Amino acid sequence: MFLTISTTGTAARPATDLGYLLHKHPDKAQAFSTSHGTAHVFYPEADAERCTAALLLEIDPVALVRRGRGKGRGGAPDAALAQYVNDRPYAASSLLAVALSNVFSSALRGVCAARPERAAAPLPLRVEVPALPARGGPELVRRLFAPLGWTVTADPVPLDTAFPEWGDSRYVRLLLESERLTLAEALRHLYVLLPVLDDAKHYWVSADEVDKLLRAGEGWLAGHPEQQLITSRYLSRRWSLTRQARERLELVRLAEADDSEVEDIDNAVADETETEEKPTPLAVLRREAILAALGTSGAARVLDLGCGQGQLTQALLKDARYTEIVGVDVSQRALAIASRRLKLDRMGERQAARVKLVQGSLVYTDQRLRGYDAAVLSEVVEHVDLPRLPALEYAVFGHARPRTVVVTTPNAEYNVRWESLPAGHVRHGDHRFEWTREEFRAWAAAVAERYGYEAAFTSVGPDDPEVGPPTQMATFTISSEREAKAA
Amino acid sequence: MTETQHKGRELPVTDLSLVVLVGASGSGKSTFARRHFKPTEVISSDFCRGLVSDDENDQGATRDAFDVLHYIAGKRLAAGRRTVVDATSVQQDSRRQLIELAKKHDVLPIAIVLDVPEEVCAERNAARADRADMPRRVIQRHIRELRRSLRHLEREGFRKVHVLRGAEEVEHATVVTEKRYNDLTHLTGPFDIIGDVHGCSAELEALLAKLGYTDGAHPEGRTAVFVGDLVDRGPDSPGVLRRVMGMVNSGNALCVPGNHENKYGRYLKGRKVQHTHGLAETIAQMEGESEEFKAEVRRFLDGLVSHYVLDGGRLVVCHAGLPEKYHGRTSGRVRSHALYGDTTGETDEFGLPVRYPWAEDYRGRAAVVYGHTPVPEATWLNNTICLDTGAVFGGKLTALRWPERELVDVPAERVWYEPARPLRTDAPGGQDGRPLDLADVHGRRAVETRHAGRVAVREENAAAALEVMSRFAIDPRLLPYLPPTMAPTATSRIDGYLEHPEEAFAQYARDGVARVVCEEKHMGSRAVALVCRDAETARRRFGAEGPTGSLYTRTGRPFFDDERTTEEILGRLRAAVTDAGLWEELGTDWLLLDAELMPWSLKATGLLRGQYAAVGAAAGAVFPGALAALEAAAGRGTDVGALLGRQRERAADAAAFTDAYRRYCWPTEGLDGVRLAPFQLLAVQGRSLAALPHDEQLALIDRLVEHDGTGLLHTTRRLYVDTGDPESVRAGVDWWLEMTGRGGEGMVVKPLGALVRDGDGRLVQPGIKCRGREYLRIIYGPEYTRPDHLTRLRQRFLNHKRSLALREYALGLEALDRLADGEPLWRVHEAVFGVLSLESEPVDPRL
Repeated sequence: MFLTISTTGTAARPATDLGYLLHKHPDKAQAFSTSHGTAHVFYPEADAERCTAALLLEIDPVALVRRGRGKGRGGAPDAALAQYVNDRPYAASSLLAVALSNVFSSALRGVCAARPERAAAPLPLRVEVPALPARGGPELVRRLFAPLGWTVTADPVPLDTAFPEWGDSRYVRLLLESERLTLAEALRHLYVLLPVLDDAKHYWVSADEVDKLLRAGEGWLAGHPEQQLITSRYLSRRWSLTRQARERLELVRLAEADDSEVEDIDNAVADETETEEKPTPLAVLRREAILAALGTSGAARVLDLGCGQGQLTQALLKDARYTEIVGVDVSQRALAIASRRLKLDRMGERQAARVKLVQGSLVYTDQRLRGYDAAVLSEVVEHVDLPRLPALEYAVFGHARPRTVVVTTPNAEYNVRWESLPAGHVRHGDHRFEWTREEFRAWAAAVAERYGYEAAFTSVGPDDPEVGPPTQMATFTISSEREAKAA
Repeated sequence: MTETQHKGRELPVTDLSLVVLVGASGSGKSTFARRHFKPTEVISSDFCRGLVSDDENDQGATRDAFDVLHYIAGKRLAAGRRTVVDATSVQQDSRRQLIELAKKHDVLPIAIVLDVPEEVCAERNAARADRADMPRRVIQRHIRELRRSLRHLEREGFRKVHVLRGAEEVEHATVVTEKRYNDLTHLTGPFDIIGDVHGCSAELEALLAKLGYTDGAHPEGRTAVFVGDLVDRGPDSPGVLRRVMGMVNSGNALCVPGNHENKYGRYLKGRKVQHTHGLAETIAQMEGESEEFKAEVRRFLDGLVSHYVLDGGRLVVCHAGLPEKYHGRTSGRVRSHALYGDTTGETDEFGLPVRYPWAEDYRGRAAVVYGHTPVPEATWLNNTICLDTGAVFGGKLTALRWPERELVDVPAERVWYEPARPLRTDAPGGQDGRPLDLADVHGRRAVETRHAGRVAVREENAAAALEVMSRFAIDPRLLPYLPPTMAPTATSRIDGYLEHPEEAFAQYARDGVARVVCEEKHMGSRAVALVCRDAETARRRFGAEGPTGSLYTRTGRPFFDDERTTEEILGRLRAAVTDAGLWEELGTDWLLLDAELMPWSLKATGLLRGQYAAVGAAAGAVFPGALAALEAAAGRGTDVGALLGRQRERAADAAAFTDAYRRYCWPTEGLDGVRLAPFQLLAVQGRSLAALPHDEQLALIDRLVEHDGTGLLHTTRRLYVDTGDPESVRAGVDWWLEMTGRGGEGMVVKPLGALVRDGDGRLVQPGIKCRGREYLRIIYGPEYTRPDHLTRLRQRFLNHKRSLALREYALGLEALDRLADGEPLWRVHEAVFGVLSLESEPVDPRL
């Protein structure tokens, strides 16, 4: 909520010209009303040698929360900004960026009738932001500002000096210095990069945000090495908008030259297409292995248990031999994404009749899941707490009881081969465990024995002579001669 | 309706049956139905024709009309309601569909034939405007078909056929409703239900003696109920038959048939049966019996009814178990199911049929007591219990006292017969990780509670709860309760305060609660602890293999990722319970505790770092520079005085905020520094303690704390207040001011009587929280005490929170009651899941 901009000068080129450039008189304190509070501009120092302008935004935290009210029952505010305990009144967030653009709008555009030559010329600048929220830390702050000609000093702020073990906060004390930039450039950098570092925009991102970014980024964003990060964060990482902005940045001129919509020319390269030589991703290998196992089983009606975002469901749908595919997941968010992926709402009736997405849980038995030919649990078991795994085993093998069950799970031994994975870590934050090959085989054998299945094992991905494949897979087939002991 | 003088024929009609009236058009079926049955019992084809076509005589609509008729009849029969079909039903094909319908719903099909002369029918039709032009040949055809049908009706499957000949007989007949044989709901016992005897005469006599029977009769008038399989395999089937038949004949016992009686009965009737599975022994033992006794046995076995519904419908006894849809029903399928149970069609490694685990799916309200499948121990599963504990295989003979639900058993004298496979638990248990069914929790639901009627759960809230329960919660068997949310006190108007205890005392005074307890509110994390005496108790009572209990958060997540830490805390609690002598005093081997676990920073580190400390850090970083800049500007003569003053106040507020959260944080190492403050004993074996007054509660808790030698347990300070006494109320306010002034979170005001109702009989809030002025900075933000903020913050809406608190409270109480009553896991889980679902309702999170 606070920043200062300083410059130095001489008698011939007095520092107080800053007042002209900012259109704010150095001897006055002025207040401006903004959408979230009052912005104050004042000058702690102002003489020919040194002049500092301060922008202080007084935010009303109650109004901030109550703005979103009325959507919940009982007048409860919406989840966004619902916290009264909020750093917005203190941190230099996107709210400050908005205030900056409102209060210094002419300066941002580089307009100065009184001193046009000074507005157009670089000047010695020093910008201080004492509490800058910076997701990515001092390192990212440097990566964002340094390429633009700033000398960057970014010191982390500790969370709480009483509890040093909590470490640093996400705030940095930022000092920017440069003699190569105009004031307008400096303000535009701040206008874009403060919210980018904050990475939590306070208002809904609308399409005109793209235009704002293009305007403020003119002349520096296109060539910035972190352009993609800046764009995507500025637009709150909403994919469709991000893509739109990138298209416009890179293809917009070509489109304009051709009098075409940018969509018309930017459709040759689908996102999935990989033009460069890369090893096939593990997820693809896994899907291929699963499809092969299902194909061998002769299954037509298949359960995708723990379908997640529906990648496997989608692959199954492309194969006509699967007449009924049920994707089950406990996460409604995942199901919503899967539904969008499959375009369920636009699918033809005949196709739609083949596929169904339902919320379900594998630690409860579910009558709806009985009577299918096969079930796939792809990268699912490791998301269940070990003490609850017997419930899943019973629900799938004892109760749903499809003829074939395909289970894939990471091979913990292979983790040493992932360069990016620190030793002793699991591959995903939500993995409750990861099994070695021996552990997985022991588990699968016990389940097969208990519920009357035969288990066969397959390696997925490159089979390392020492640590095995990255993914292990078991295919369980119901044994008709032997009966389920626990059923 | 005309009263007739002379007595006409009496037509017995079973209370649950499908009655098919058979008669030509104009034979008087509708009149007959109106006279003898309730209007809602009768479905007429004419009416259904009207429903689908707006014309009761539109023959083109017949097919659709009968679809509707069959659909309605099916719904009624499924619900257990007698149904009368008023259609001509003169054709065999139309009757066949109705018989199938009756069979499908396992009720008796009954035919009542109205055989009325053609002239009478024609005359009646002529008198009706809508049928006046019905061709005569239609009636003639009806009568022709009816006559042709008469001989076949019983063979077609009608279990009773009443033929009324002539208009006169139709006019004077009366319908007499008969109960089903299996309906003994009027008998309330008490009963002693006895498992499979299999000729173990000595064991039976010992068990009867242990149950208090002398010479086949109980001095207190109890009734024995045998679940069948009296004979075969054992040493003295005739002795057992003699004893049981004697008791049944003298009205001291009831008996349902087992598959072994059934087979022996068929043998006695001269049918060809294999003398396997112990039948040969019975036949040999009966050799020496008189023909008279054998004939008596044959009559006895012949008269046995497949199952009984007893005690107002609360108890069902049969041999092999029975799903709810078959209770009180009458069909071959029901009888077969009652005798043999349901099998999957597979056979196991010993060549015996694999039984379908029907009890796992059972969700009925009636307890089903059965035998048939030998198990090592009789245990309840979903309100069903198998009493066959393999007496003849050297196990024991078991009886269940009803309604006491106590098990009484005697050991077998020896192994009388080698079992084909070792005894093992087939259905009962829940021990081996058998999960709950999604249908018990999913979708929109209404949970019946004893204390507040039906509590509705919305679909979207259940969906959210499913996600948390499935992905993060502990095993539901160790999660028998979740604590309800609590409403804060009404918003205070006192200067500088958002919450103040005066409002809480006033609210209880209005609710008619004279005496309340103020309990210190510990600022930590809510924790529920299930403490068992040992791992064996946890296994036996909760089916949990390994842990000795659980310690979980308000959404059912484990407190510690590390099981050893949980066990360490449970161990310390257990030691305190033991030293305090509470196991014996409360007559239990487990207890469920509501508590607060401290410090807050132990589990809330993420929140603290991401939100609270972060805000403090940002404020701490920004104000020195901002204040210095303002002071410099002021020094230059710029008019920033007011702004500077405000920023100084805001800086002070932010510092106070940091102080506020810091009070609830301290470092811990293992369990060093961890504190647990229990404040309520929720339940013990067989008893919910939710209604135990809080002074008695706290006295028990104090003893726990006293006997904890490890420093883990902390007391809860308290003060008792009379809401009607201004002096006492003032003392309560002062106590709160003093406590919160020293940085305390605040207090909870509760009715001393714990579970209390207001003048209108509604539950009052079980507690109202009054949070301290400084503490609320953590909730409403550092600057909330500024007058302009406070004015707006006072606009808060408490009604939804209060209603939510009461609904969750009712569900919590229900969970405890169900747990105490030994109800099946799904019933307890239903209520617990309900609490979690309601927690996802949108309500102001700061309340």
